[in-house]
Amino acid sequence: MTASPVPAIRIEGLHKRFGSQEVLRGVDLDVAPSELMVVIGRSGGGKSVLLRHLLGLVRPDAGRVVIDGQDVVTLQGRALDRVRERFGVVFQGGALFDSLTVLDNVLFPIRERRRIPAADLLPRAREALAQVGLGEMGHKYPAEISGGMRKRVAIARALVTEPQVVFLDEPTTGLDPILVNSIHHLVVELHRKFGFTAVMVSHEIPEIFRIAHRVAVLHEGRIHAVGTPEEVQGSSDPVVRRFIHGEIEDRPV
Amino acid sequence: MPGSLVLDSLQDLGRFGVDALSALGRFGVFLLQAIRWAASPPFKVRQTLQRIWFVGFRSLSVILLTGAFTGMVLGLQGMLMLQRVGSEAFVGPLVAIALVRELGPVLAALMVTGRAGSALAAEIGVMRITEQIDALTVMALNPMRYLVVPTLVAGLVALPLLAWVFDVVGIYGGYLVTVKIFGMSSGTYFGQIRAFLDTGDIWVGFWKALVFGLVITWVACYKGFHVGHGAEGVGRATTEAVVLASVLILVLDYFLGSVLP
Repeated sequence: MTASPVPAIRIEGLHKRFGSQEVLRGVDLDVAPSELMVVIGRSGGGKSVLLRHLLGLVRPDAGRVVIDGQDVVTLQGRALDRVRERFGVVFQGGALFDSLTVLDNVLFPIRERRRIPAADLLPRAREALAQVGLGEMGHKYPAEISGGMRKRVAIARALVTEPQVVFLDEPTTGLDPILVNSIHHLVVELHRKFGFTAVMVSHEIPEIFRIAHRVAVLHEGRIHAVGTPEEVQGSSDPVVRRFIHGEIEDRPV
Repeated sequence: MPGSLVLDSLQDLGRFGVDALSALGRFGVFLLQAIRWAASPPFKVRQTLQRIWFVGFRSLSVILLTGAFTGMVLGLQGMLMLQRVGSEAFVGPLVAIALVRELGPVLAALMVTGRAGSALAAEIGVMRITEQIDALTVMALNPMRYLVVPTLVAGLVALPLLAWVFDVVGIYGGYLVTVKIFGMSSGTYFGQIRAFLDTGDIWVGFWKALVFGLVITWVACYKGFHVGHGAEGVGRATTEAVVLASVLILVLDYFLGSVLP
């Protein structure tokens, strides 16, 4: 475990129920500053729901999400926006604005927030695009570029505001193994460069073990195990073993 | 047991009532939130102009076409009817007042609902399911401010203008039929319009168009925002937006018509 007195993100007893389905049944997790935490778990197991709680997009039935000393769950309006301004988010499908060009997409958050002088906007957006290797693609629309490129643009858009906390929701879904590795490589490289705290939801196993600082296994609505990639891979816990070796549930291990 | 059957149906009725009321409540709260965001600067001028272009200018061709034919039909029917009672001189006011008070705002609104209301609901619905609205939210940029307010303002600006275009084109459509085909003098046609059409009629048309502009964009934004899942959800939201807006326009037209002088 990374020993840190004050976690960047502390999740405590998070419960969420949708109708009769209890998706989160008491999630507890600490993420240390500048840590790259990867949450893995079954498809439909609540990983994205957990992430949406961290972003304040969904209110839990019970529990707390403390980011930088503030409980996101109870914040509203401008106070919540002030915390969100420190966030960078890469959504599953990229969530690029399809009415805007690639460059305008990257430009959008910094232009609208008006934190930096107008003259610096364009160079900054161009630089962010260049960082993800798409310096030449600025004039294209999201519909005109490939899925892998869209994810890169989404990463550039998330990082252009120089966020302190970055959330990535399955940034490699639907990509071929080479692209998966290139996106992972990019995340690691940018993480090294900017030192943000990162929470990434993924089901790229085993690739994820090469980049994560720690891995949390979400199982049946709780964090079943958390540890370094080595610890998780070497775990003797049957649930973890079953999951990371992709074995079918009912088969005896 | 018949007793439990009665209870069950009562329960169903009650649940239906509660669901309908809470849906109405959410619908109202959505507008109130939008108004609150509209009142707090900064106002997004560029997004608003884009929306006015989309709702207003892009609807112009269909408004011109339907306006002209509506006026022509009114001229034709008015002429045929008024000839029987020998008062064809009044066909001009008939065409003009019917257009300005009723048909201009209502038909323009129905055409805009079909053309722009459906497209807006679909666009916002797709933005919702592809998490573009969530992306705005987590960028600390409120989607009400960036999406909904500009769209509502566009409806409020575009509909009165489109209704007036509809009126003017319709009056010329009536002119074509009555003067060019039936051979009435153009002095009679326009002179009688000038004598009978007053500013009160124009105000009635204006208020109606304003309300309809709000209704179309409000319904479209609400349905897009609260879209279900996937392509099917977007399809349903689009249909519901068009049906609900069309019905509201016709119902409100009656009530506005009886309230306004």
